[in-house]
Amino acid sequence: MRFKRNIATSEAGFIFNPASGDSFSSNPIGSEILTQLKEDKSRQEIIEVIASRYDVEKNQFERDLEDFMSQLRDYNLLDEN
Amino acid sequence: MEKLKYERPIIKKLNTGFSNKFGSQLKNEVVTHLEGVGVKELIRQYGSPLFVISEKQIRRNYQHAVRVFKTRYPKIQFAWSYKTNYLNAVCKIFHQEGSWAEVVSGFEYEKALGNGVPGNKIIFNGPDKTDEQLVKAARNNSLIHIDHFDELYSLIKLSEEFQLKPRVAIRVNMDTGIYPKWDRFGFNYENGQAWNAITRIINCENLNLVGLHCHIGTFMLETGAYAIAAVKLCDLLRNIKEKHNKTIQYLDMGGGFPSSNTLKGSYLPGVDTVPTIDQFADAITGAILDFGFRQDELPLLILETGRALIDDAGFLLGTVLANKRLSDGRRSTILDFGVNTLFTSFWYDFKISPAQDGGQYTEETVLYGPLCMNIDIISENITLPLLQKGDHLVVHRVGAYNMTQWMQFITLRPNVVLLDQEGHSHLIRKAETLDYIESAEQIPAYLKKDTPS
Amino acid sequence: MKTETTNTSTRRKLVIAVTGLNAIDSPGPGVAVLRAIRECPDFDVRIIGLSYEPLEPGIYMHDLVDKAYQIPYPPAGTENLLHRLKYIHEQEKIDLIIPNFDAELFSFIKLSDDLNNMGIHTFLPDLGQFEARHKTMLFKFGKKHKFLIPEDRLIHQISDLTKAADELDYPLVIKGKYYDAIIVNSKDDAQKAFLQLQAKWGLPIIAQQFIKGTEINIAILGDGKGNAISIIPMRKLFITDKGKAWAGITIEESSFIDLAHQFITATKWRGGCELEVMQTNDGKAYIMEVNPRFPAWIYLTAAAGQNQPATLVKMALGEKVEPFKDYVAGKMFIRYSWDMIVEVGEFQKISGMGEL
Ligand SMILES: Cc1ncc(COP(=O)(O)O)c(C=O)c1O
Repeated sequence: MRFKRNIATSEAGFIFNPASGDSFSSNPIGSEILTQLKEDKSRQEIIEVIASRYDVEKNQFERDLEDFMSQLRDYNLLDEN
Repeated sequence: MEKLKYERPIIKKLNTGFSNKFGSQLKNEVVTHLEGVGVKELIRQYGSPLFVISEKQIRRNYQHAVRVFKTRYPKIQFAWSYKTNYLNAVCKIFHQEGSWAEVVSGFEYEKALGNGVPGNKIIFNGPDKTDEQLVKAARNNSLIHIDHFDELYSLIKLSEEFQLKPRVAIRVNMDTGIYPKWDRFGFNYENGQAWNAITRIINCENLNLVGLHCHIGTFMLETGAYAIAAVKLCDLLRNIKEKHNKTIQYLDMGGGFPSSNTLKGSYLPGVDTVPTIDQFADAITGAILDFGFRQDELPLLILETGRALIDDAGFLLGTVLANKRLSDGRRSTILDFGVNTLFTSFWYDFKISPAQDGGQYTEETVLYGPLCMNIDIISENITLPLLQKGDHLVVHRVGAYNMTQWMQFITLRPNVVLLDQEGHSHLIRKAETLDYIESAEQIPAYLKKDTPS
Repeated sequence: MKTETTNTSTRRKLVIAVTGLNAIDSPGPGVAVLRAIRECPDFDVRIIGLSYEPLEPGIYMHDLVDKAYQIPYPPAGTENLLHRLKYIHEQEKIDLIIPNFDAELFSFIKLSDDLNNMGIHTFLPDLGQFEARHKTMLFKFGKKHKFLIPEDRLIHQISDLTKAADELDYPLVIKGKYYDAIIVNSKDDAQKAFLQLQAKWGLPIIAQQFIKGTEINIAILGDGKGNAISIIPMRKLFITDKGKAWAGITIEESSFIDLAHQFITATKWRGGCELEVMQTNDGKAYIMEVNPRFPAWIYLTAAAGQNQPATLVKMALGEKVEPFKDYVAGKMFIRYSWDMIVEVGEFQKISGMGEL
């Protein structure tokens, strides 16, 4: 599962999906995760990076990341293959 | 290197006609303390959920209401409406302030006596009074407010039988231009029923008609309705004087003033729209003073205000059990209290504050209670900072009708604490225990045998 | 487009915030209001748009609106609104706010003292004036001041419809508490309309006598002391299926001017308002509704020679203004909708950051 290639992200946390015309916004940590997804980082890598930078327990972040990914899926921002 | 403060990652669709954080709750004020006492500390000490009642706020409300009415009218008496909140500690505060008791059942009547209220300062309302209760109330010289003809005739019979001379009033219902009309209680004004009841009482030697009562509804938003009601009672009072040469001592206008909660389905929040107690006082006292009584003829004005005196003195503290994403993508949060504990959530959209700093990002969420029931919804849609499991919330304005109407359903009712005027907390109702609930149960002998394993 | 007719140094510099920048086929008055203000040669204005939703077109009209801020919806309450306005005021130093939505007026009226203390002027009716003309109160209001108002009944339960129909006769207009009206000719239709409107707006429903005639709207500016500073009557020439004027013409007819004067004398209305009048074939003028703000066609008042929005600005700032005397009858407006081209970044900015 990958973040769709053609999706534009901006510094301010805005996301634009040219395929659907939808716009989104995210908080700074959300944007950071999106950047890593774009770089094809694996879920495990993302967990490592975030847990080393932020004051959060890994399994807490794992749950939150799962929820975040499910939203990306709902919003049709992920490639299913 | 110091780690950055963590916040849950979120992504939100920028909808075309959708409220974002600029469109709704901007001031998500964090309530970490209630009158200087830490929410976390209270929960640590007494558990969660927890009802907290502020004595200071009760006294402030009461004194304010008395002042508002006394500056407009010479003779005022409040009677604490027990059903609104009959925890004894709460009742005692009102009685200390000078309030009488207003009760609507034998149970409440006994509670009032138990709280040391003299019998002649108890108003006994409601359609359900047994013969024994009527006799007891009469012997105690309480004010018996008659609700229907069957009760009137019982009381006539009992007072003859037991040689009593009870002080009575009738409850009057009437058209005040509001909907719904509460015409199921008392005697109707417009169709002459009230006048018939009055005549019957005056013709009965044993009954002493001392007052007229009405209670036109609860959470009333029209001050004008009270003016209409007051005029109709004044009209009865004058007719009684003219036709029967009898002086009625008091008019009891009942309760019904709203708190600043927001009713479900109303467009604007209650804090902005509900009339103030001053406006109700203007309507009521204005109508009586303009009716044309001589100064020495003015009746005592009794008020049975409940909700408006206690709602904002009560808080419910609770805890987030879990966060969940619903199938349609909405966020939901499960709390450790539901509609069983917070009965008034059926009517109100509460103000709910986070009890800890949650950062600048907010999210719309549904708040569910913990019951396994689909109706267990505290809020359909509320904007809150990103909550984590274990975070605390403070629900505001829950002092009225919760600690009397709460339900013991699949779990136990929580502790209730009172914050005194110095900010010390006192447990005023212990959380229920399994033993307490089961103490009233009995098992028939044939079921007592051990169940087969 | 800014008109550079007068020497800017003599023009008064003002920051004016305006709401109602939306446009559907029943558009908000905001854009018309600020267009009229911009055309007044007496001031040099910076216009702040206050929006509720990111697709309000006024936000993107950069020639007319210098900066837009999103504000909280009325249900969020005055505390949140004031909080937001304080922030905007810190950035912009607002001199005057002109709200243009029925649904927000209650909040702005409630806050007018607070705003005034912050140095922000408003020019609004008081709550009593505002409530008295509400749909559910209008008949009572008319009775008190001897205006012709179609008779109505407030309906709390469906069974009361029959009684109302007996008393008022079909056709009836069944109206929602806040919006929407359906004309019905039979009991069946009336019940259907009742259920439909109840589901949408709650109770009560208003059943109103149907009045047939010509629709006239009157834009009025009152000084709050019982004087009408400007009165412009307009006949609707083309009406959309929502009942809104898509084209109209100013008319000169003393009975409407008199009616407007009577209304202002009776209410001491402060600020702009619009009377929706139905003139029957036998010449009677019924007041159908009173809108507590400028109408969307308000720019026509400027075109006809009585710039009501600009005059309101002067009054709000405490200037003495004399009542207007003349206007041009026969000025027409014909509405047009226009597709603006907008970059998605602008949309993202207003919806994500609440400012543009
Ligand atoms: C007879 C009577 N008096 C007083 C009250 C208290 O009413 P409120 O809490 O609306 O003031 C009630 C409540 O319904 C009542 O029935």
